[in-house]
Amino acid sequence: MELFANQVLAGIATGAIYACMALAVVMIYQAIDHLNFAQGEMAMFSTFVSWQLMQWGVPYWGAFVLTVAFSFLAGIVIERLLFKPLAKAPILTNVAGFIALYAIINSVAGLIWDFTIKQYPTPFGSSPFLGSQLISTHQAGMIGITLLMLLLLFFFFRFTRVGLAMRAAASLPESARLVGINTSWMIALGWGMASAIGSIAGMMIAPVVFLEPNMMLGVLIYGFAAAVLGGLSSPFGAVMGGFLVGIFENLVGTYIPGVGNELKLPIALALIIVVLVVKPAGLFGRAIVKRV
Amino acid sequence: MTAMLNVKDLRAYYGQVQALHGLSFSLNEGSLTTLLGANGAGKTTTLRAICNMVRSTGAIEFEGKPIGTRSTENVVRLGIAHVPQGRGTFTNMTVEENLQLGAISRSDKGAIGSDIERMYEHFPVLKQRYTQQAGTLSGGEQQMLAVARALMLRPRLMLLDEPSFGLAPLIVRDLFRILGKINREEKVTILVVEQNAQLALELADQAYVIETGRIVMSGNAKDIANNEDVRKSYLGY
Repeated sequence: MELFANQVLAGIATGAIYACMALAVVMIYQAIDHLNFAQGEMAMFSTFVSWQLMQWGVPYWGAFVLTVAFSFLAGIVIERLLFKPLAKAPILTNVAGFIALYAIINSVAGLIWDFTIKQYPTPFGSSPFLGSQLISTHQAGMIGITLLMLLLLFFFFRFTRVGLAMRAAASLPESARLVGINTSWMIALGWGMASAIGSIAGMMIAPVVFLEPNMMLGVLIYGFAAAVLGGLSSPFGAVMGGFLVGIFENLVGTYIPGVGNELKLPIALALIIVVLVVKPAGLFGRAIVKRV
Repeated sequence: MTAMLNVKDLRAYYGQVQALHGLSFSLNEGSLTTLLGANGAGKTTTLRAICNMVRSTGAIEFEGKPIGTRSTENVVRLGIAHVPQGRGTFTNMTVEENLQLGAISRSDKGAIGSDIERMYEHFPVLKQRYTQQAGTLSGGEQQMLAVARALMLRPRLMLLDEPSFGLAPLIVRDLFRILGKINREEKVTILVVEQNAQLALELADQAYVIETGRIVMSGNAKDIANNEDVRKSYLGY
């Protein structure tokens, strides 16, 4: 029983990271109807930036805040330079753009920081949390930071004018323009926020997976699985999907013989396929009916 | 009276297809004008061209300023509210959020709360439902909400695209009565596009009739309503 509780809690901790990545993916998907394949690489690059800042002597939380701010701006710049011009281009052009972005960020990170694996610090330590063997302080910190961020996002979207404008622009762009909302900048803002959320996920998971240019590949696939499971049309669903995938991944790895660590990733991919076949809108999403 | 909106030689295109063939008209400040015509005559396109939602050429001036090259949101920010065909309701948001979105481009945040209260006076049914998802409202209520949302901009000019569409006659009467009241009391200039010519001519003081993208008739609403030839050939009643 203790093993079970342990695995569930560990699943919630990594699930928090998947939830962040899923949320970032869904935010951009809602704004421009495309999946950002480079979301993980953007997060990885941000994590390297924070590591570099710490190497230069900036304390952890200082580097954390600077990195989130940098990522926010970088997300906006990427949208303005690369994806705004592609807004009316066909789907495949956009997909090519995302793959290019993925390859560019990955290579540039390798060029600057090379491909060797680096240790990444945790501000929470890794001792048992509250004297319990069930969960470490870093895992508890991951969950705490994620929940805090989700709470702030909820208040932002629910109670601020900019949040309301962003929701309006994502749900009905034409009506949004007719009340005077600059929908183009709302999309850029969505990119900035998605990039910032991704950077937090990267910095939280880096002590677990270690820092290197390919660190987010697996995480992003779980993030996609989470987004698909929860429903690409629902930010809340994406977050729930993240936690569910995290728990599912750990339980399957523990209790199904032969799965182990090696087969965990294919399970995420299998989950994507099963959801797309059985319930394409996801658990919390709405089926989109388009008039033709 | 000065012209608030001046449209000259407006031509609009959907891809290669030309929908408007050199439309010219003007709206006097404080007037309530109706634009009449059959299906496909170009009524909706005219409104969309004013807000730059369709590719067009020609000159559009609002209060002396050319607005033809402005983006939709910047046209709206000048004080031109557009209630689109199909109402454009944010169905997954509450009634109150829809009203707040109407005022989202305003900088005088302090006055928004009292404006929402004023809308609830104009449209009491919205007050009973302010926490409800807008998509759960009936068609008539959604049209009231769309008009209220447009008014939250504190517009100088309001464009309405077939507000009577799909509504029961009694609700249409109620809506038109409120539009008349808003025009008189709040000094909002109104341009309403309608297929329901009879009702629109009762409400309006000026009227234009368009056919296949051209203005074929203009004048005082009463004169047009009383001209039997015009009624028979263009308005179908």
